[in-house]
Amino acid sequence: MSVQPVLKARGLVKRYGRVVALDHADFELYPGEILAVIGDNGAGKSTMIKALSGAVQPDSGEVLLDGKPVHFSNPMQARQHGIETVYQTLALSPALSIADNMFLGRELRKSGISGKLFRAMDRRRMEAIAREKLNDLGLMTIQNINQAVETLSGGQRQGVAVARAAAFGSKVVIMDEPTAALGVKESRRVLELILEVRDRGLPIVLISHNMPHVFEVADRVHIHRLGRRLCVIDPKEHSMSDAVALMTGAKTPPGELAEA
Amino acid sequence: MPPASQDNYESDLGAADGQVASFEDRHHTPLQRLQHFLHGNPAMVPVIILLLSVIVFGFVAGGRFFSLFNLSLIMQQVAIVGILACAQTLIILTAGIDLSVAAIMVLSYVIMGHMSVTYGWPTGLAVVAGLLVAMGCGAVNGLLVTRIKLPPFIVTLGTWRIFLAIVYLYTGSQSIRSQDIDAAAPLLKFFGERVSIGGAVFTYGVFLMLGIFALFWYILNRTAWGRHVYAVGDDREAADLAGIRTGRVLLSVYIVAGLICGIAAWAAIGRVGSVSPSSFFEANLNSITAVVIGGTSLFGGRGAILGSLFGALIVGVFSSGLKLAGADPQWELFAIGCLIILAVALDQWIRRVSV
Amino acid sequence: MTRTKMLLAGTALALAGAATPAMAQDIGACLITKTDINPFFVKMKEGATAKAEEMGINLSSFAGKVDGDHESQVAAIETCIASGAKGILITASDTKAIVDPLKQARDAGLLVIALDTPLEPIDAADATFATDNFEAGRLIGAWAAATLGDAAADAKIAMLDLAESQPSVGVLRDQGFLTGFGIDVKDVSKWGDEDDPRIIGNEVTAGNEEGGRTAMENLLSKDPDINVVYTINEPAAAGAYETLKAFGKENDVLIVSVDGGCPGVQNVADGVIGATSQQYPLLMASKGIEAIAAWAADGTKPEPSPGLEFFNTGVSLVTDQPVDGVESISVEEGMDRCWG
Repeated sequence: MSVQPVLKARGLVKRYGRVVALDHADFELYPGEILAVIGDNGAGKSTMIKALSGAVQPDSGEVLLDGKPVHFSNPMQARQHGIETVYQTLALSPALSIADNMFLGRELRKSGISGKLFRAMDRRRMEAIAREKLNDLGLMTIQNINQAVETLSGGQRQGVAVARAAAFGSKVVIMDEPTAALGVKESRRVLELILEVRDRGLPIVLISHNMPHVFEVADRVHIHRLGRRLCVIDPKEHSMSDAVALMTGAKTPPGELAEA
Repeated sequence: MPPASQDNYESDLGAADGQVASFEDRHHTPLQRLQHFLHGNPAMVPVIILLLSVIVFGFVAGGRFFSLFNLSLIMQQVAIVGILACAQTLIILTAGIDLSVAAIMVLSYVIMGHMSVTYGWPTGLAVVAGLLVAMGCGAVNGLLVTRIKLPPFIVTLGTWRIFLAIVYLYTGSQSIRSQDIDAAAPLLKFFGERVSIGGAVFTYGVFLMLGIFALFWYILNRTAWGRHVYAVGDDREAADLAGIRTGRVLLSVYIVAGLICGIAAWAAIGRVGSVSPSSFFEANLNSITAVVIGGTSLFGGRGAILGSLFGALIVGVFSSGLKLAGADPQWELFAIGCLIILAVALDQWIRRVSV
Repeated sequence: MTRTKMLLAGTALALAGAATPAMAQDIGACLITKTDINPFFVKMKEGATAKAEEMGINLSSFAGKVDGDHESQVAAIETCIASGAKGILITASDTKAIVDPLKQARDAGLLVIALDTPLEPIDAADATFATDNFEAGRLIGAWAAATLGDAAADAKIAMLDLAESQPSVGVLRDQGFLTGFGIDVKDVSKWGDEDDPRIIGNEVTAGNEEGGRTAMENLLSKDPDINVVYTINEPAAAGAYETLKAFGKENDVLIVSVDGGCPGVQNVADGVIGATSQQYPLLMASKGIEAIAAWAADGTKPEPSPGLEFFNTGVSLVTDQPVDGVESISVEEGMDRCWG
């Protein structure tokens, strides 16, 4: 693969007291792909994702975006670089409306005095864009953009969070367990959403425990074990039981895949 | 080699209802419809209670209650607690509580009074000094909450006493008399000036209260900072992940609340006439009462600032109405207690909206 | 972490600073007041502290948080017994409930002196140095009635009381005022049960300006023709006066009050208050300290004033408009003897 990775990490280390959550972990995400990250509980995949999205600052190691080293001290900085994350908790404010949530932390202000001096938000434009983004993903019957998020079903909320990430992510979208809390039908809809986002050109990092989902949509599968990347496999060439065996340590990766 | 488990276990889903992640609108009974309406319009409950109570007391207590003069007098009486309730609403929206609002106000007006009357500062400067002290008190609360990460209840339980102790130590609990203020710094009583409109009499303090509520309605609903206040109170972790600097927002909320208490302090001198260290002893709890009756949730993130205005007015209407109807003062305590419980029970019911 | 430590260290220093004098002297005494907010008690504490220093007695002061805070007073008594003090001076918030804890103190050999407010029963204390609150009320009532003359028969009276819980000082002043005015008080142990049509209503003020202001507004809404206002103390009177000014009635209404603090007497001079009954908290406190010193020295107890169950520290009516049949002192004399 001679293409340059969009997002790359080298030798990430993160310790919490005596617990080593990341032990020189590496990571690569290539343009236009869906990279699944799997690993047993406690393998450190959440910490790695947080390090990539600015929610955690690694003790050492570096993160490269388009080949350039970057350093994020909070999630907002990662987003300013075009990395959007859909957290497992979704990071939505239940009492706020769909439009408010989509623009939370990056509200649009009106032009002119009312925006500059009185700092008025441009609600109309925010609502229009929110509506458009939801429509793009086929999520919307238009009239309810001011509905509070808490009145939505789980799948609908996931839809809002994905739409928010897709609307603002220019480089990478990270999704942490997007189907974990959903029913069968809702999961299916979210998987379709993920494919739609990828088809619009955004590479996606998908963290999931759900093997059928991972093997259905992922282009490559990053297997994380004991705080580092164990290997990367091609889901078309390996079975789910191979993956599970690798991530639990029941099997060691074949020579050509093993990390240095 | 195709993975063995990739069988098409979801192939029958096509037959299922595809309408899963779309947004639909369905309501069932009129009661649920009401519940949804109130959920979307949290200030409507106190408006309805306010109108009902005005009508009921209009019948019970008669013309003396229902006169323009008395209704405007109620507004004068609730102005100070109303302004404090505005500060309290900001704090409660962030899932906090501020027991020190009245103490900040008293400290602030004691500063204003002593700077201008005792030390002869120009009134404007004394007022600014009082406002700065009030913001400083808010900042102390805010720093203890955000930096040392103590619960707001505990922080303000402590600072409430500390601020009052400073007041008593500094003043020896002595008031500055109304006549002395008139002589040295009449501007301190600016918000006690009155205007008559028809039979109604308003102090500037009443207009100040209405102005502050209008301003904060705008700020909370039309600016990004306002949305962030709601988001922080609703789910602080989510707000953090969504990229909001929640610590800064919280700190700014406490400082702004302090400033509002300082403004209330100026109005309070006009209202009481003197600078009285022992006054407003229960105003902190009264401000919380107004906010709760106004429908703002103590769990944060939910509520409307105008609800607190109506909440304060409801308390004023009850206390005026009961008195004019000849009830003993004890019954007022009783009635307000019932209102608080009713308001919180209603809030719980509204929050249980089904999807 | 360091900040927390600094805070803790600061607190420890402050505590140590407060505790040091206890080791220097050996006769201990305790002063327990209703609150340390009310200037009356602030002054009482000053009087006691000055006298204690003069006599070489180590005085510890305690107070409730608000008027009616009984629990804090009980805790103070327990602390005081434990500290080995020789006597307690107390202005009880709950004059009945405090009797049992005080009995423990007396059993432990402490001299118990009630200041300002007699206990119920009065002999639950070894001695009582009090002002007669009923008499204080009676004086202003009689003065108001005499000042109105024939108009007293159809006066309209506003009663600005202390608190819903009806603490005894509020009841005594209220009932004394009505008695002095010539109104049947029914049950003398509570206010609000009178049915004389001249009483427009009772409102509570918490004894401060803000309470006085609101209470007066409410009573004027009930009846705008009020012409006599009884107030529990001078701050409440100042608040009521603001309302009367706002209603343009400040010259048609007679305000009477109780306390005799310096701002209050000044308000009598300025015509805000018609007459006030002056009390002497400094005297009560210094007499109390003297009594504890005597008890510690040779076990003698103070004697009550002749014909009374308590030692009367006196009350004087302060006004510049004296009336026949009611003894009074001038504002100048009042200013000389005022507290706070």
